[in-house]
Parts: sequence; C-alpha cells; structure tokens
Amino acid sequence: MDNQCEGDILVRKRRKNVPVIFEKDTPGAAGYRLPPMEVPRKDPGTLLPGATRRQVAAHLPAVNEPEVVRHYINLSSLNHHVDKALYPLGSCTMKYNPKINEELSGRPDLAALHPLAPAEACQGMLELLWDFSRELAAVVGMDEISLHPAAGAQGEMLGIKLVRAYHQAKKNAKTTILVPDSAHGTNPATVRLVGYDVEEVASGPDGRLDLDRLRSRIGLHVAGIMVTNPNTVGLFETRFQEMADLIHSVDGLVYMDGANLNALVGLVRPGDIGADIVHINLHKTFSTPHGGGGPGSGPVGVKAALARFLPVPRVVKEGDRFRWIEEAPDSVGRLHPFFGNVGIILRAYAYLRSLGPEGLAEVSRGAIVNANYLAKQVEDDYPASHPGPFLHEFVTSLAWMRKFGVKNIDAAKRLLDDGFHAPTVSFPLIVPDCFMIEPTETESRASLDSFAVSLRNIAEEARSCPEVLATSPHWTPVGRLDEAGAARALKLRWEWPSR
Amino acid sequence: MAGYVGHGPTEERDLLRAIGVSCFEDLLVGIPETARQRAPVDIPPGMSEEELRRLFRGLGARNYDPEKVPSFLGAGLYDHLIPAAIRQLTLRSEFYTAYTPYQAEVAQGTLATIYEFQSILCELTGMDVANASVYDGGSAAAEAVLLASSVTGRNRVLVSAALHPHARQVMETYADGPGLDLVTVPLGADGRTDLAALRALIDGSTAGGSAAGGNVAALVLQNPNFFGIVEDAGPLVEATHAAGALAVISADLVSLGLLESPGALGADITVGEAQSCGNPPQYGGPLCGYFAAKKELVRRMPGRLVAEANDQDGHRGFVLTLQTREQHIRRDKATSNICTNNNLMALGVTIYFALLGPEGLRETADQCLQKAHYLEEKLAAIPGVRRVHAGPFFQEFAVELPVPAGPVVARMLRDEGILAGLDLGRIDAGRARQLLVAVTEKRTRAELDRYAEVLTKTLRA
Repeated sequence: MDNQCEGDILVRKRRKNVPVIFEKDTPGAAGYRLPPMEVPRKDPGTLLPGATRRQVAAHLPAVNEPEVVRHYINLSSLNHHVDKALYPLGSCTMKYNPKINEELSGRPDLAALHPLAPAEACQGMLELLWDFSRELAAVVGMDEISLHPAAGAQGEMLGIKLVRAYHQAKKNAKTTILVPDSAHGTNPATVRLVGYDVEEVASGPDGRLDLDRLRSRIGLHVAGIMVTNPNTVGLFETRFQEMADLIHSVDGLVYMDGANLNALVGLVRPGDIGADIVHINLHKTFSTPHGGGGPGSGPVGVKAALARFLPVPRVVKEGDRFRWIEEAPDSVGRLHPFFGNVGIILRAYAYLRSLGPEGLAEVSRGAIVNANYLAKQVEDDYPASHPGPFLHEFVTSLAWMRKFGVKNIDAAKRLLDDGFHAPTVSFPLIVPDCFMIEPTETESRASLDSFAVSLRNIAEEARSCPEVLATSPHWTPVGRLDEAGAARALKLRWEWPSR
Repeated sequence: MAGYVGHGPTEERDLLRAIGVSCFEDLLVGIPETARQRAPVDIPPGMSEEELRRLFRGLGARNYDPEKVPSFLGAGLYDHLIPAAIRQLTLRSEFYTAYTPYQAEVAQGTLATIYEFQSILCELTGMDVANASVYDGGSAAAEAVLLASSVTGRNRVLVSAALHPHARQVMETYADGPGLDLVTVPLGADGRTDLAALRALIDGSTAGGSAAGGNVAALVLQNPNFFGIVEDAGPLVEATHAAGALAVISADLVSLGLLESPGALGADITVGEAQSCGNPPQYGGPLCGYFAAKKELVRRMPGRLVAEANDQDGHRGFVLTLQTREQHIRRDKATSNICTNNNLMALGVTIYFALLGPEGLRETADQCLQKAHYLEEKLAAIPGVRRVHAGPFFQEFAVELPVPAGPVVARMLRDEGILAGLDLGRIDAGRARQLLVAVTEKRTRAELDRYAEVLTKTLRA
C-alpha cells in the first residue's frame, strides 16, 4: 500500500491539462496548402450581395501540419481501445475489427463514389448492396432487408414505423407497444418518437419475460412488442415463441431488438422463432469499428408481409443490371438522405464473406464460451444476477461493496488502472449497482484470465482497502472527473481569450 | 479456419472443462430445441484475405473511377480536397476501435476531439452550442423541427422549397409520428425563398389562432439552398421570429468561409451536413450531421454533448454531460432516441478545419466561388444553355439545357469521363432539362474548360 500511495502521488504530479488544438494557435501558420486558383479572380463583392457576406471570420486555430499531427496523436494515446486490451462493455460487443476491412472499404472506387452518380456507373456497388441484403436476410431468417438505418436506434425507429404502417394499412386501432423493463433506453424512446404509448412489462425472477404478466397486458390495443433476445442479462428468452404467438393472437407484431445478435448467429434465426422485424447492429455483430461512438449501422429485416412498407430508395435487379427505385406507394418514406451507412456496410460485407457459414457459427460459439468461462472465473466474488449458463454476457450486482463504502462505479474506475475498460455500469436497471460484462469471442484465454485476476483483486481491495477504489483511477492520464461540477458550469466550447 | 475467434478447438475443450460442462451444447440449455436453426446459414463459403481483396477489386472495377473522373456532382456532398493527414489520423486504432467515452478517464482523446468539434462548429455557425454530431444532415434537420415543435408547443413547420429534397423527405418520415404539419414555402423567380409567400403563410396560419404566428413552430431554410442560391436569410428569419417561431438554417460549412454565419443572421438552430469537410462521400454514408443552437435550447438538444471538467487536482479534462436528456437515462421521455453520434466522421471534420485554419478556409471558399462563376459564364455562353435562376450563388448552380439532362449526364460520364452534375429530373419531373452543377476548389482550369467543350459537343451530337 505504501508503494501504491507513493506511486499515486508521482502520477498525480505528472498529470497535465488535456490539450486542445486552440492552444496551438500560431497566427500565420497553415496546415494545408491549396493548389493555385488558376481562373481569373473577381471581387467577391461583385458576386455576392453585401448582406450575405460574412462580417467576422470564424476564428479557427492556425496550426502547421506537424503540430496538428502531433496534437491528435497525443490525444489518441489517451484512449482505451479494442486493439489495446479487453473492452468488456456489455451489450456493445466490442470485438476485434479486422484490418483488411479498413483497406477494402477505403478503396476509392467504393469510398469516393457519389451516391447520386448514375446507377449505371455504380453497378459493382449496387451488386454488393444487393448481395449483402440477401446474405443478411439468410443470417436472420427474414425475407427482406433495409440497409438504410444509420444506427441501431434508427433501426428501431424504422421497425416501429413499420408496425404502425402495418396497422394503419389494416385499419387496426392500436395504441401501445409493450417493452420489458430490462430493455435498452432506446426502445421506449423510440416508441414515443413514432407516436405509440409505452407499456413497461416487468421481467420475471429468472430475468426472462414473465409470460403470465404479459398475458394480463394483452389486448386489442397492443400494436406489438419490442424484445431484446438474448436479453440484457445474457439469457435467451426461452419462451420467445410462445410470447410471439400471444402477440400475434391480437394481430400485434414482434420486434426483436438484435443488439445482442452476436450470441445467435448460426444458432438461432429470429425469423424462425416468430419475430416479424429485427434490427442488426453491424457495429456489434459484424465487427465494424465503433469509431469512438459511431458511425454504426442498423439494417432491419422483415417478413414478406411487411416488405411493401420498407423505406425507399430500394435497389432492384433486372436481368444482370441493378438500379434504384425511388418510390413505392406503401413505403414509410425516406429514412436516410441516401442509402444508409454504406461505408460500414462494406466492412460488414467483407466480414461476412470472410467467415462463411462455418465461421459465422464459430462467432456465437466463441462468444458464449468466453462469457461463461469468465463468469465462472469470477463467480466467487461476482456471482451472476441470474442463473446461467449465459449466452454472450452476464450481469453481476456489486451492491455488496456498499457495506465497505464503495460502489460499482469505484470498481469500474479501478479497472482502468489495470489497463482494462470497465464493463457497462448500472445497466440493466433491473439489477442494482451492476456490471454487465461481455467479453466477445475475439478475446484469448490469457486475456480473460488477466481480466479475471484484476476483478478479483478489486473485490479484495473493496474489502481490505476500499479507499484505493474510492479514489481511483490512479494511473490514468487524468483523475476522476467532476461530472456534476461540469454540468453546473457547462463549458461546452472553447472561448478565445479576448484579444 | 483463420477466423477471429480468440481460441482454437483444443483450447475450447479446456475452457469448457473449466466452466464445468462436457460440451458446448450444455451451454445452450436455455434455447429450446424448436428455436434452433436446422441447417447452416445459406451464404457462400468463407474466404481468405487475398480472395476478399480480389472480390472487392472486381466490384470496384465495375464502378466509375472517382480518381480519374472529375466530379461536378454536389447536391449536398461536395468533392473538396482532403488533406492526407486526416486518413492516417482517423485510422489510428486509438480513435477508430474505441467506443462511446463512457469512462472519461480513458477516453480523453475522443472527448477532447468532440469538444474541439463542438467549438469549431460554434465558430463557423456563430451559434452558442453544438452537439457531438448526429447521423446526417437530413436527420439533423428532422431533429431540429421536432425540437422547435416541442419548444413552441406548435406543430406547423414551414419548409423552404429549396431545402434538399432528401432532407425534406427524412423530415417527413420523422414528423409523421409526432403529427407535424409540413408546409412548403415556394421560391421566387431568382431561386430564393419567397419572403412575401412566407409572410402570407404565416398570416394564414394565424387565422383562428389568438397569438401572432398562430401555430407556426419553425421555418426551415437551406443556405446556400439546394439549387446553390445564396438566400437573403435576414428578412426571412425576422418574419419567422415575428411569428414567435424558431428559425432553422441548414448551412454548408465551407460556404461559411465567405457567407454570413447563421448565428449572425438570427438562426435559433443551425444544422447541416459536414461530411465533405475531410471525409469521402462513401456512396452517401456514413455522413456527419451537425446540430448547433442558441444556448437557451441546450437542455432540449438531441445527441451527445461534451463539457470541460476538472479532476481532483484541478487538471482540465472532458466528460459527457447533460445525459439526463438522453434515452439511456430518460427512456420514453428523452429528447430524442439517438444513441450514437457519427464520431469518426466528426473527427475527420475536426482535423480538416484544424489543418485548413482560417486562411485555408477562406481560400477554399473563395476558390469554390471563383471557379463556379468561371464555369457558369462558360456554360451560359453555349447556345441553348441558360441559367435557371438569376439569384447569387456560391459553388453550385442550375442550368437549363435544350434537351433532357439525364442522357447528357450519362453520355458525358460514359464517353468523356466527366461526372457532369445532377439531372434535376430525378427529383422533380418538371425539371427534366435542368442540370445542377457543383464546382469545388479541387477542379483545375483545364477541367473547367474541358467541361464546357464536352457539353457543347454533347449537345450538338
């Protein structure tokens, strides 16, 4: 402990303010040189009316290229990332992002294509989008796919809009979408956005859908249900098919939130178990990089009866040629300005083609084995919230730490000292003070073992020297940041010192 | 099997033994037999890296080659120069394989760059606050009208006829649930949004309402507008404010090197598409929508926000803030359902403006303006070709051809390797002879001269 404390003081002394580019401002410096104008220059005053011209130029920093590069390299070094170590954020599926996918998706004859170029001159791209849709449909057991949603949340929005379009077409008077209390926050937020009421359904004691409770909520007002499967405590919804029958009995639709699809690929197809709609997070299951918070991509798969409502434009194949159709009479309309996050789709396509059917099955298998192995390694200190075996992740309550004066967030911060990212903290809401841990299939046994050691050490620290946790992290580039103070003072932008 | 799984079959046996089960199937007891997939997924067999490369090379070769074909196609995504440093930096594992900065102490790289993005967006747009980015300019505009409706408690949105038609369509998709009523404000003959028509629509919306402006929540304007025309935004914003409604301006960031900032023009919310500043078009996505507003609106803004924060020793760092607006806390009462931001694209935008600096931005905007006017003059001199609108323009303009534009675009691309612009007939059948032409700083004089020659020749053929 003494060494720990001395080391701590040394680290703290060497910490500095996190730099921002504005502080590198050197008037006159430039980080980029444009080619010459070449054409005769006219006075902008003769081309643009006075009232439309800018009076005060934007005050951007002036920095040369070496300094810009050094600044961003230095900032980058302050990040934890998948290529460095385990990143066990539950429900986020932080798996390895294969390098070849960056090379392929960056090809200029794909990445630099303009979406409004004539389709005739983009046949390779259209074929790729067509093929990927078909293959994705095969993975999830659906009839049609829309690649448009830019993220999972937008996929959810499309899904619920499809539910609405379906009921409007049938003149069904529906008001309500059922959402389990273990759901991601995007589910209820989406339902409201689309214009339905949310009715929350409590999970059963085993962490799964409580079918009896659900049955008591069923009525003609129910437009559908949103169910995450496997759910957020890492369990397969064993009675999914029964649940689907129940919803279908009132002509409701079943939306399966595919956030956790990584555990099911090659094992279970949502379309085979009664789901009418599913979204797929390509940035989770299909290994596309998370980019520090996005972009994602959230394609939606549907059964044939819903295909006519899908967004436009849609790619169609005529003979061996492909083209876009811009309008379809029953479509919910346009969701994305163009065709979705194609750059992400390219990576996911490369991933799927590299795996093939056997590789795909190994993904879910590896994810399930790793999650169960890790759960086993730490079960003495971190018993799972619900009985396993688990699929891709498990949840554990750290409420026991409270009697030592520390909480899950303290343990999370302490993990950062050991070079790991923390798991998802305090979600799902149904487990108090929890960690939600998803190691993914790409972690080696050594990596899981070392994370387990770290977790066990932290449990020991919680019991024997909780102040170490309470004041952590100790070894990170900045100490624990005052979030409440930040929200009060609210400095959201750089302010130049007055000149 | 190369795959990306962290352990092989032998090691898996050890792992299963450690778990305390005899085989993998024992871990699947929660999945009923009836739910299990019967056959392997019907997709082609797996491939090596080299086979993948061949596959992609073949697909790429069936597209036009953007490295050889000069592009005059814009319509929201412009062919601006991209400094080499951007790709190298955005491809740092530290940036692109990280996720949302939930643990701030190990995410200062991401958080600081978001803070820089917010700051740069505020500088450019003249607004007080900007968020960490949203999906694209279309959803940004849609989120803006949802916010305006919730702030004003009104549901009619007046939309300029020269808002990007795709942004308008995305807005319609989003507005349908909350029941917003979108009404088009027509253009004058000069291509600018018609002030008199706006006033008439506001007056019409007042009828029956007690307060001035009645049920108008917002005006949505694009500047430069979809046809490239620079709007006289000041009076339009004023009329909107007089009706108690919010002014939403969708602005092109490069144009803000020369054009008055939306903030100075009185906008309450500024949105737009930032993609072309540092990022390739990627066949239309991922893009980089931005969302900036006056500070009074900050607690109702959608998306992530980053704030300065201090650690226990007073060192400056950055954190996600005001998360109680967001879906993961507020659930069905959130201001939006958005979860991610298009962070990696926003990073490209941030580095773009850091490299350009104030002089680079001014020069870029000036070259766009000058080269566009140079080409416009040449095209207007071609017999049978005339500009559609008389209003001032920045880097894009529409011309009327003596023949339908679609075949002309197709022929110029196929025979001459020039991407001539957008056939406006694709978005409005009444504009089948109109061609929307964009010119950026990337175009050389030789390319501009050749464009005029080739168009002349094509029209003669």
